[in-house]
Amino acid sequence: MSAFRYARRSFGRELRSGEVLVLLAAVTLAVAALTAVSFLTDRIGKAVARQANEVLAADLRLRSAEPIPDEWRSLAADFALTTSDTLAFPSVLFSGSEDSASAGGALSTIKAVDEAYPLRGAVRTSADLFTEQREVDTVPARGEVWADAALLARLGAKVGDTLAVGELDLAVTAVLTYRPDQSIGFASLAPSLLMNVADIPDSGLIAEGSRVSYALLVAGDAEAVSEFNESIEGLLPDDVRIRSQEESSERAFNAADRADRFLSLTAVISLLLSAVAIAMSARRFAERRMDTVALMKSLGATQRFVIMVSVLQLVALGVIGVVLGSTVGFLAEAGLSYIIADLIAGDLPDPGLAPVFLASISAMLLLLGFALPSLLQLKDTPPLRVLRHDAEPPSPSRLMVAGVSLAAVAALLYRSVGDPQMLVILLGGVIVIGCLLYLVGRGLVAAMGRFRAGVGVAWRYGLANVARRGRASAVQVVAFGLGLTVLLLLTLVRTDLLDGWRNMLDTSAPNHFMINIQPDERESIGAMLVAEELPIPRFDPLVRARMTHVNGTPVKELEIENEDGRWFVNREQNLSWSEDLADSNELVEGEWWPAGYSGPALVSIEEEVSEETGLGIGDVLEFSVAGQSVEARITSVRKVNWDSFKPNFFLVFSPGALDGFPASYISALNVPAAKKTLFAGLVRQHPSVSVIDLDSIISQVQGIIEKASLAVQVVFMFTLLAGVAVLFAAVQSTIDERRFESAMLRALGARKRIVFSGVMTEFAALGVAAGLLAAAGASALAAVIAVQLFELPYAFNPTLWLAGLSAGVAIVCFSGFFAARGAINAMPVDVLRGARN
Amino acid sequence: MSNSSSSDAVLAAHRLVKQVTSPEGSLTILDDVSFTVAAGETVAIVGASGAGKSTLLALLAGLDLPSSGHVLLNGRNLSELDEDGRAKARADSVGFVFQSFHLVPSLNALENVMLPLELAGADDARPRSQEIIAEVGLAERALHYPAQLSGGEKQRVAIARAFATEPAVLFADEPTGNLDSRTGEKIVELMFELNRRSSTTLVLVTHDNQLAERCDRVLSLDAGRLVSDVQAAA
Repeated sequence: MSAFRYARRSFGRELRSGEVLVLLAAVTLAVAALTAVSFLTDRIGKAVARQANEVLAADLRLRSAEPIPDEWRSLAADFALTTSDTLAFPSVLFSGSEDSASAGGALSTIKAVDEAYPLRGAVRTSADLFTEQREVDTVPARGEVWADAALLARLGAKVGDTLAVGELDLAVTAVLTYRPDQSIGFASLAPSLLMNVADIPDSGLIAEGSRVSYALLVAGDAEAVSEFNESIEGLLPDDVRIRSQEESSERAFNAADRADRFLSLTAVISLLLSAVAIAMSARRFAERRMDTVALMKSLGATQRFVIMVSVLQLVALGVIGVVLGSTVGFLAEAGLSYIIADLIAGDLPDPGLAPVFLASISAMLLLLGFALPSLLQLKDTPPLRVLRHDAEPPSPSRLMVAGVSLAAVAALLYRSVGDPQMLVILLGGVIVIGCLLYLVGRGLVAAMGRFRAGVGVAWRYGLANVARRGRASAVQVVAFGLGLTVLLLLTLVRTDLLDGWRNMLDTSAPNHFMINIQPDERESIGAMLVAEELPIPRFDPLVRARMTHVNGTPVKELEIENEDGRWFVNREQNLSWSEDLADSNELVEGEWWPAGYSGPALVSIEEEVSEETGLGIGDVLEFSVAGQSVEARITSVRKVNWDSFKPNFFLVFSPGALDGFPASYISALNVPAAKKTLFAGLVRQHPSVSVIDLDSIISQVQGIIEKASLAVQVVFMFTLLAGVAVLFAAVQSTIDERRFESAMLRALGARKRIVFSGVMTEFAALGVAAGLLAAAGASALAAVIAVQLFELPYAFNPTLWLAGLSAGVAIVCFSGFFAARGAINAMPVDVLRGARN
Repeated sequence: MSNSSSSDAVLAAHRLVKQVTSPEGSLTILDDVSFTVAAGETVAIVGASGAGKSTLLALLAGLDLPSSGHVLLNGRNLSELDEDGRAKARADSVGFVFQSFHLVPSLNALENVMLPLELAGADDARPRSQEIIAEVGLAERALHYPAQLSGGEKQRVAIARAFATEPAVLFADEPTGNLDSRTGEKIVELMFELNRRSSTTLVLVTHDNQLAERCDRVLSLDAGRLVSDVQAAA
């Protein structure tokens, strides 16, 4: 007979046995976790790919903080290239309608374009919110704007309304659904508004010192573009960034790739737990098949036949697991993308089938690595077992089992990591953490056993069981503990951290920033604030500059090891000056200039930047400001409290040093909610001033964190379910023993209730241990995250421990009851008679 | 072969010794056991618990290998075959009936009977199995799974399975051990009836004296040694 026929024939019935169901559930969970994540990353990846060749809306983009000189355009014309001028800047917009929901305005990114835009790709709009989008080959006419849906929502505006854009009232004539050069992936905090560049001069939005990004888009014949690129390179000042389409799409792909890796690693945790469940239930599966295999061999079946049957059934199981898992994963992904829908710019293309292929390979790897060793052991079952039940095959070599499963894990991880060195580190980490967790689990299990002397019979029975099955108990504690840890971390700890951060903020701390204030606007803005009975805030000057030399050495030739430091000296600087030390600053080294100082230019540097760049007291910095050079010597190092939400600067000059250079002012102020309406008038009167509402940004950030963590939580739900699968597998592996014990206890006169309480005590003890592990793990991680990442003091949270313990006990008892109810309800007479087939 | 008194011997044990190592040292379970069984003979192996009956049966069927000596099954030396070779030898010429039935729980009665036929590569496994399952009186229960059958019914399925391949030798290990006496009697009747019809050689291990007396020959083991070999009165 072909092994195929036998495998097919017996598979249906095998499928109904508990351990095969657990095996199947574990495979399904692993596949579901993996496909949910891969479907999502596949869709994001496709969105990136779809946009990759139009991500710049051009073949080449030159971006500058200064208006584009005409000679660049004429040079492009010499190469027969087409060009388009765009500029982008942040601005606060107000809805023109009086009854609009938001009187506070909304921060947006204004993108002003000429008629040639875009040179590559096409803009898409829809006539109204949530209606069908179509490609357009025009740009907004003068007097019109296209706003994206998020902006309209924040302003409480709709198509047909007018928006106050600087000094102009512009009509919203369409919803902007897509522009080629929008950011891919996570949408920026400021939604965008597309307007005609010809309206810019009348809007009064741009004044000297305004933060505007000018861009010249270039497109045409590939060869001509690259020749133009070469010719213009020499003409460009240092601060002009030139970017080709290849670089841009590469960056987009890299970003998508990172998201993919992070989420895949998250899914791998579920995969690893599933692997434990698979290994446990496969062992039980093999043990239960030993009698049948011995019989088959006594009837003349060869070893090849036995292996073939096992492998075929395993493959069939894998196939069913992949189908079920992919379905669950597909549904979960639908939920995930719904949750994060408004975090992602643009719509996502439909997912492809690639994730299913990936999941199939992973499922087979899991089964091969964790189930096959047990099944291969079957082939060595001595046929003598038909006469002597204690005849067992030699155990598979531990080295072989560990090797095979480690190889499977490595293969699974490799996809998420993609770098052999990282893989080794990660694998080492997994082994070390796994061993540590296991030891902690063993410790907890041992501690549980100690309580049994002082309790009643049911409790003693339950606790004794936990201790007796020490190894399996520890594995269950760890599996559940892990699942719970991440869930606690994502729910309670997240809220704790956000609240902690909010509490750190003084309620009298500034909640609004005004930027781009012109020197002559200070007085009238101050008057408007006084009229609302608000104090006049401090106006800090801001001068844009670029560092050129340090102690006479050109910046480009400096050898700075630290990457952040290197970036700092090369980027555009915001310089300020001040007579006195701001109260959110503290001097850590050197001396502040005396009051009334007017000598040679001195500069104070921020502590962290000083460390990163290696610049310190005595160093002489040279800057280029609006084409002129300014030299200053570092005389002090400051520590800055960035959480003060007051304007702070890395480099502060002595008074007079920057006189005569174009400066704009920046100010921070606290405005109570009731008086926020004053900004509508303020911005109308001073259109170039941008008001940034920190409250709404904090809320937005919080919203993003909440949604992102909810999405990650969905992925981790699979981890918890995989923990449940481990518990089922562990209970399954002891079910015969449990049936026998339960029957014996009942035969000895124990009531069913006692047996039931005993079993429940066992699970409750496991739940307590898992809960303790999870609460401890989540607290430790939270402390590390709070102190290391957010620099917040860590506050002990008793709710975390309470939640961990109760969730642990509830989930383990509930799952355990379902896993073990067969044993509790077993009829003593059947069991003791040893009913066999 | 020293003890090959009969040229049509289907089974021959030659100086079989089986030793196992235990914590107390080496233990001899079978000690120099030799005999031959002619085709069509019915042989009972009797002895007290621990006398080595099951071990002998395991060696005769090639389920286990002797420490020394050898078994010839249909002329083939089982010790010279590897595990798959012995499996093939069993598929070709051996049938089993066990004390605890040993049906495959995931296959129904008919499929259990078909199993050895299919393992031996028979094309007509299904019709032949249907025929024989009818012979043991289970035609109506052919599609039931083992868990749905009584002990006696399970043993009938096992007997049907054992005879399905028309084996040269049928080994039975305490075939009535797990059955009540009435059911046991019926099973014995059935086994001997089928044996007569198919002229299979029957080797059975039993505690049951009545069962032993129905055989042509009774081999008695004591502490691993063959102590008597008695031919029933013709």
